[in-house]
Amino acid sequence: MSTPVTRDLVTEIIENQPVFDVAHSSRTLAWEQFKKLGLPSAKHEEYRFTPITRHLEKNFSWTSGNPESTLSSISEFLIPQLDANVIVLVNGRFNALHSKIVSLESEVTITTLSEAFRKEHPAVKEYFNKNLNTETDAFAALNTAGWHEGVFIHVQENTAVSKPIFILQVNDGSQSPVISQTRILGVLEKGSNISIIEKSDSTGNQTAFHNFAEEWIIKENAHLEYCKIQNDTGKVCQVSNSVIHQASNSKLNTFTLTLDGQLIRNNLHILIDGENCESHFYGLYLLAGSTHADNHTVVDHRKPNSFSNEMYKGIMDGNSKGVFNGKIYVRPHAQKTNAFQSNRNIIVSDTATVNTKPQLEIWADDVKCSHGCTSGQLDEEALFYLRSRGISETNAKAMLLYAFAAEVLEPIQNETLKAYLDNLIAERLHKNF
Amino acid sequence: MLSIKNLQAKIGEKQILNGIDLKVNAGEVHAIMGPNGSGKSTLASVLSGREEYEVTDGEVDFLGKDLLELSPEDRAREGIFMAFQYPVEIPGVSTINFMKTALNQIREYRGQQALDAVSFLQLMKEKMKLVEIDQSLLNRSLNEGFSGGEKKRNEIFQMAMLEPKLALLDETDSGLDIDALRIVANGVNKLRNKNNAVVVVTHYQRLLDYIVPDYVHVLYKGKIVKSGTKELALELEAKGYDWIKSEATVA
Repeated sequence: MSTPVTRDLVTEIIENQPVFDVAHSSRTLAWEQFKKLGLPSAKHEEYRFTPITRHLEKNFSWTSGNPESTLSSISEFLIPQLDANVIVLVNGRFNALHSKIVSLESEVTITTLSEAFRKEHPAVKEYFNKNLNTETDAFAALNTAGWHEGVFIHVQENTAVSKPIFILQVNDGSQSPVISQTRILGVLEKGSNISIIEKSDSTGNQTAFHNFAEEWIIKENAHLEYCKIQNDTGKVCQVSNSVIHQASNSKLNTFTLTLDGQLIRNNLHILIDGENCESHFYGLYLLAGSTHADNHTVVDHRKPNSFSNEMYKGIMDGNSKGVFNGKIYVRPHAQKTNAFQSNRNIIVSDTATVNTKPQLEIWADDVKCSHGCTSGQLDEEALFYLRSRGISETNAKAMLLYAFAAEVLEPIQNETLKAYLDNLIAERLHKNF
Repeated sequence: MLSIKNLQAKIGEKQILNGIDLKVNAGEVHAIMGPNGSGKSTLASVLSGREEYEVTDGEVDFLGKDLLELSPEDRAREGIFMAFQYPVEIPGVSTINFMKTALNQIREYRGQQALDAVSFLQLMKEKMKLVEIDQSLLNRSLNEGFSGGEKKRNEIFQMAMLEPKLALLDETDSGLDIDALRIVANGVNKLRNKNNAVVVVTHYQRLLDYIVPDYVHVLYKGKIVKSGTKELALELEAKGYDWIKSEATVA
């Protein structure tokens, strides 16, 4: 463990802890863990390319508290025509006005996390904070210690929830800087099936720090479709810790799209703790300006006979920085594991950078694993081929970038969502033909 | 239509073209032949606007315009088409979308309205028949996983769609079996008319059995050392290139 460099900010955070509606023994332990860990220094192996502590020191004060938002409309953040349950959190608080639950309680329970705690829901007792890595990640510990509000989702056994759940988190920095900490716990009982869409947006000119954590439990034969869209403004720093636990015969598809924000760190941790699981993790980061986006993923094969496939792609423009770190663990008895990983990057400008690192740790001997990463410019030969048919250089570039990016959308099932994402990507890459 | 005067070009420090003179008129088919390394493909590349080649001297006039001043896309819009020796595979871009974008950008340049979806499909169907290419191939990603023959047929399909005034066929016969060669050549022949011209760059005579040239030029060490009619191609086939080389050396 590296020595924390920034005792001051840690002390400030601890001294300014708010009073919580929900008291829980996990908070006390997590504060201790956070104190012990400190914030990650620039030398911390897991945060080497993402100087988040320095960024927080420079831009945030924990003394001012978290402002209430006066945001009157959220329509600009919604996905048009998406028929879904909608849960909205603004500045880390539940917003009842804009939330709308349409699915029946007999299919799925959707409430705030604080309400689930108050009602002492058995799934909360059993699974809250069970898998999150609060012992090793300072932000996971800080979130567990200090989350304001969150969402609780519990899908009934053998139930396919027909409508997706759209969770919108907005940080409104129009009055003063925002520091919000939110949390999701989702439990999919045996044989259930649900689609989750998480989106984060922001508004206003002040800075915002959003420390988010979530835990998903996918029981036997259950299926989770998970999509995360990060579309904040350039003043937002977001850390997202996601842990997904899979039991036997479960299925998981994740898709993470990162567009804007100032500094984004995603820790996606998949625990494949059952046999015959199938998991696909797709990611796309289309960065511009001075956005810094860091995707750290861990796929932990703990049991035999499962399949995982990870594909992350990035396009870096402007002064942006992309970071990808993909770990695959195959535990000693996780024989017959198939695990694949690829990370491909295109750097469009001279001042953008990317750091990519695959890490495979395989203790079992009868497995199929592969990984590959590439970083480079657009293929000149392909560009010339398109231009030689009369397509302008700008359009030829857009066409190639779009083709590169759109591949990761293929597995997305919901057509409305897919069209929305496709449009976001096309717009970002100036594909205007 | 095309007038090349004293064209000289190099790649890096290597001089490849050493003063090419060539005139191509509408309605004509010219064949450029020559041994390996004589500069045939370089000539096609320079005419289509590949940026890695540097033109060091000479001029190229295409329908009254200075061709060397134009970007690759503007050359295409002015009516030049190059069928690639090695067509590029582009995953994620279907031939259909690619052609629609290309055709409409060319039309825009010429001040014509963009084709709507129906007219585009109609045109496509018509051209598909002409070059004997299947729609399933065109729905797929551009050239991805295509056989050598399919790639070349796709080149000719694109040529049919864009209706160029001057087509440059760069070693179009390479990697083709005799059936594929015949289909590709038939496509080219159907597209020929009195208003357009074709320049065939080839090492072997066999393509010229199908696309019969009006003129044959032999390129050696970056210069046209001999010009003639189609009989010259037959003579080269029979005697090889050595006699040309020695003639050129003597001269």
